[in-house]
Amino acid sequence: MTTSTVTETVTPAPRRFSRTSPSLLLVVALGAFLVLSAVRTLTGGYDLTSSGTVAAGLSAAVPIGLAGLGGLWAERSGVVNIGLEGMMILGTWGCGFLGYNHGAWAGLVFGTLLGAAGGLIHAIATVTFGVDHIISGVAINIIAPGLALYLTKVTFAHYEGGGQKQSPPINDAKAITLPFSHWLHTIEDKHWFAVSDLAGLIGGVATRLSLVTLLAVVVLVVSGWILWRTAFGLRLRSCGEAPYAAESLGVNVYKYKYIAVVVSGAMAGLGGSALAISAHQFRDGQTGGRGFIGLAALIFGNWRPGSLAAGAGLFGYTDAIQLRSSAAVHALLLLMAIALALIALWQWRTGQRAIAVVALVIAVLSVLWFADTKKVPDELVGTTPYVVTILVLALASQRLRMPKADGKVYRRGEGH
Amino acid sequence: MNRLRQRYPLRSVLLGFAAPIGAILFAALASSVILSLGGHSPGDVFQTMFKQAGKPTPFVDMVNQAMVYYLSAVAVSIGFRMNLFNIGVEGQYSLAALGAAYVGGQLTGGGPLHIVAEVVVAVLVGAAWAGIAGVLKVYRGVSEVISTIMLNAIAVGLGSYLLHKLGQSSGNNIQTKPISSSGQFPGISYSGTQSKIFGFLIVAVVLGFAYWFIASRTRFGFRIRATGLNEEAAVASGVNVKRMTLVAMLLSGGVAGLVGLPELLGQTHTFSQTAQSGLGFAGIAIALLGRNSPIGMALAAVLWSFLGKSANQLDFIGVPREIAAIMQGVILLSVVIAYELVRRYRLVLQQKDVAAQLATGEPTERAEPSAPVVTA
Repeated sequence: MTTSTVTETVTPAPRRFSRTSPSLLLVVALGAFLVLSAVRTLTGGYDLTSSGTVAAGLSAAVPIGLAGLGGLWAERSGVVNIGLEGMMILGTWGCGFLGYNHGAWAGLVFGTLLGAAGGLIHAIATVTFGVDHIISGVAINIIAPGLALYLTKVTFAHYEGGGQKQSPPINDAKAITLPFSHWLHTIEDKHWFAVSDLAGLIGGVATRLSLVTLLAVVVLVVSGWILWRTAFGLRLRSCGEAPYAAESLGVNVYKYKYIAVVVSGAMAGLGGSALAISAHQFRDGQTGGRGFIGLAALIFGNWRPGSLAAGAGLFGYTDAIQLRSSAAVHALLLLMAIALALIALWQWRTGQRAIAVVALVIAVLSVLWFADTKKVPDELVGTTPYVVTILVLALASQRLRMPKADGKVYRRGEGH
Repeated sequence: MNRLRQRYPLRSVLLGFAAPIGAILFAALASSVILSLGGHSPGDVFQTMFKQAGKPTPFVDMVNQAMVYYLSAVAVSIGFRMNLFNIGVEGQYSLAALGAAYVGGQLTGGGPLHIVAEVVVAVLVGAAWAGIAGVLKVYRGVSEVISTIMLNAIAVGLGSYLLHKLGQSSGNNIQTKPISSSGQFPGISYSGTQSKIFGFLIVAVVLGFAYWFIASRTRFGFRIRATGLNEEAAVASGVNVKRMTLVAMLLSGGVAGLVGLPELLGQTHTFSQTAQSGLGFAGIAIALLGRNSPIGMALAAVLWSFLGKSANQLDFIGVPREIAAIMQGVILLSVVIAYELVRRYRLVLQQKDVAAQLATGEPTERAEPSAPVVTA
């Protein structure tokens, strides 16, 4: 605790928001849950909180969250990593390569290693050679899909069950089901306000929970603990906030950046592996921009692990809901309008009148859209994570604070 | 003395070429290793690629593709000049091409005005989509890298939604109404092949010239570069950075709007989901490779297009054509590393020159360093 407050208290900004307290978070979560069940009851979009949606959303959130976690590691050390998508692709291929005859876990390990290798390339380019972080990321995003497809044609195309663009099937990782889950489904089917929603929520988590998902949760918690509760993490974050100050205190900034970016690649690789395992094979183009959605989750989560997970959960949830029910997607519009109205209220109170008005206008438009149509076009639903991120950036950006030296090239001994 | 003076630019020129050539050699080496590991002969691969490039039809293909890459690179480099990273060319050109195709399909007759209308629509749509990122940057401080990545993804969804709304189905594909002959850009014939070089080449050449002129010969171009090089100094000399940022973003997006047009107006005459994607990212690579110079970007575009197009032939000798994408990515990464190394080496040389001048007490110009490097 004492270590983590060092960087926080240096800037005596008068109206800085304090670390969000757990009780406030609980209230917000409870409020969101009640609004969700109210909307579900009113609109009849039962899939909003059904256990099926929750389960699907959870497994969709895992790759996004891991990619975002990769972004967290890199950006907390001051290196922007838009190569996450490419590293994820390496992970999916690696998982397919070892997964098909050595099982999911071997594939997972190899995919993670390949992701880390991608991270190492990024680290060499950005840390050692001081190349612009975005450029290096773009290059990795060009190389990785080409390399994965090249390797697929060299290897999988000759394997039984494989093809020019896909690997042979991977065995599933184990999943666990808690014993009480079947009567949760009974409650869920009654469609009572709040109670059934809660049952759906728990039921979705408790039924056929993949061990990979559990692993992702553990990795998230451990990452948060390392970055915010250890001396190592403090030093790593100091490289992202003030590298020259860290240098003057004897921190080997290059070393920390290297470690962070390699871990970042490993996280993306793990995310890719999780994706391949849940799809039971590697496929070309499988990641579908999830590396970028991970980046979006990172920004949405204000460069913090907990809210990053919430962002990943939200994006995974919209992903799942889109596949399951158009009525539920339609209800999402109403939810978005409520969230925007709340933002408008908050911005108005903090004196940002113009932004409040913009938020309110978009909220009203959402309500009108909701009232006017029966269904949101499928093509637009997939853009939800990106639209949400843009809205958050545009309407609530003063709440966001990225690491101060994020994306800046650091050369040892050149601080002035 | 005169001879020594002349050697200065020579050293500078040689260093300038060292980076891209070194990067290409390194990429050739890296891809040879990958090919050998996959059991293919690198010699055969390079030979096949060069042979392919010499044939008329692939050659025309290559010129057409290079033109498209070039437009994309110019769009990206307008942003680069001002330290703006427009990753959103991808989304800007796809929506712009859709808009131009739709408007072009609705109009009939009108002669050259038909083409003008299509170009104007494309430019406006591209600029508008980039403008969202520009406004967010100027008024809300949102990094254009993040917002354009998001806008790219939104453009994919929005584009396919609009295509379904505005298009008509043909077979199992959906496309916009075909553009009638007055809205088509005539091509240039090339001996030995039926394929034509897109007439849009003229627009690309004019644009390249205009880009050079504006960037290096006008006050506006100077302000853009000044802001990119040192924002505080630019502010001090009276440049309105906010306005310049917005204008640069709009210009970049407007040029990005042109990227889809050579193919649309010269060949397909309709927009469908099979339209080329990934041109925006290629443009980033080419702008970096060509260092934002019109000639440099043209050369880089030709190289990029050569790699991409000649690799298509590789499938016939059993080598996955994706090796080209690997080469392209490796070239990009190694060229930026090489530029950085050359930049550092130049600094060292300059410091040595200054040190030599101070030591002898007279302004001599030394071309080649003789003493070992001491300053870092």
